Amino acid sequence: MADRTLLDERAVDRALRRLALQILEGTPDPGRLALVGVRTRGVPLARRLAQTIAAQEGVTVPVGELDIALYRDDVLTAHPEVRPTVLPFEVEGRHIVLVDDVLFTGRTTRAALDALMAWGRPQVVRLAVLVDRGHRELPLHADFVGLTVETSLAESVAVRLAETDGADLVVLRGAA
Amino acid sequence: MARRHLLDLQSLTGAEIERLLDLAESFEDISLRAVKKVPALRGRTICLLFLEASTRTRASFELAAKRLSADTLSVSGSASSVEKGETLLDTARNLAAYRPDVIVLRHKASGAPHLLAAHVDASIVNAGDGAHEHPTQGLLDLLTIRRHCRRIAGLKVAIIGDIAHSRVARSDIAGLSRLGAEVVVCGPPTMLPTGIETLGCTATSSREEAVADADVVMMLRIQKERAAEELFPSDREYAAAYGLDPQVLRAAKPDCLVMHPGPVNRGVELHPDVADGPRSVILEQVSTGLAVRMAALYHCAGGELPA
Repeated sequence: MADRTLLDERAVDRALRRLALQILEGTPDPGRLALVGVRTRGVPLARRLAQTIAAQEGVTVPVGELDIALYRDDVLTAHPEVRPTVLPFEVEGRHIVLVDDVLFTGRTTRAALDALMAWGRPQVVRLAVLVDRGHRELPLHADFVGLTVETSLAESVAVRLAETDGADLVVLRGAA
Repeated sequence: MARRHLLDLQSLTGAEIERLLDLAESFEDISLRAVKKVPALRGRTICLLFLEASTRTRASFELAAKRLSADTLSVSGSASSVEKGETLLDTARNLAAYRPDVIVLRHKASGAPHLLAAHVDASIVNAGDGAHEHPTQGLLDLLTIRRHCRRIAGLKVAIIGDIAHSRVARSDIAGLSRLGAEVVVCGPPTMLPTGIETLGCTATSSREEAVADADVVMMLRIQKERAAEELFPSDREYAAAYGLDPQVLRAAKPDCLVMHPGPVNRGVELHPDVADGPRSVILEQVSTGLAVRMAALYHCAGGELPA
């Protein structure tokens, strides 16, 4: 089966603008807001959301980078690459929006919540994702979603971003 | 089962050493968190088998294991059946019955960790073996240098002291030369082993020659009991000929780093003004050591090698 484009460059841009708007509407006190990107592709997404929020509202929102490798439930079998976590703000009392590219089983989000809590006790944590593809294995949901798409387990969703992969493109890959 | 070990730096490639340094860098932020612990090695058992006196290295490994959520089992020389005449292999096999994932070994005999790696089903991390190697000390020295100088290739590093008895010197020489630094070792002729150059360094008995234009000066601890072996006449004479004081340090590069694996003999190998001076990174070496040991344990406890 051929790849199907879910979001091209313009659609990624539109989805992120929509997400930024939703995040602002869902945050009563933008002064306490911080965006935390989940490595790898959540980080550039969080930065773009912060830029959009700054351009639209004139609010500077701090952005953090969260590495979840050591919190994964398959850490000892998958040998994930471990990279630094950088949170240049106090986590205590913050309104934090975790940002990730794809929400699938929910295991990454579970690990991200544990990793985040090690840094302090935020007031609120919400989840923003570019694509929600279903098939949750844990009782988690996203608060802000760019695109919801029905998928089969045999398919995969590939997110490419200019910062990491040269260009913006989201494709649904069929079973081989 | 194929296990990962960390036995020495001599047998690692430059790329393997760089990967361990990158991994250690990623563990540094754990010590900055509100909760200074990650669940990565939950349910794993790490045995700290220290059959030679050690306070700092052992404390560092123990804290590293705890920050990774591993269970630790500590056995030290004075408390163990080694004193009752048990051989190293018997001690290790008895501990292996508890199925540890990693055994961290400090031993007075060079090659002891390699022996364990060949005969015991656990990953072995060398925490210092005789006068052979102390790989985690070597890695923490490399990481400290890389952080300050932003590179290692092309630097001139002087290592001054009792080279003959120093496992730190051997690990440093191996790691630094692999990564392209120019290493000069220096000490009284009685403390400079012949053939040390084959490890990838040059040797001199002139402190001034070693320090000239150095980017890093690494001072080794002088073990005072060596005076009894007539390797040097007295503390004072050693300090005059091989100690590092502000006057001698002037010949090095202006931003030269001063390092020491600790504990420092103030006034013997290091003048207090240098030990506490602006170029000294001695305490930073200690905190970097914790990250390096977390990385070493994580690297080794990761189960079977991927196919």
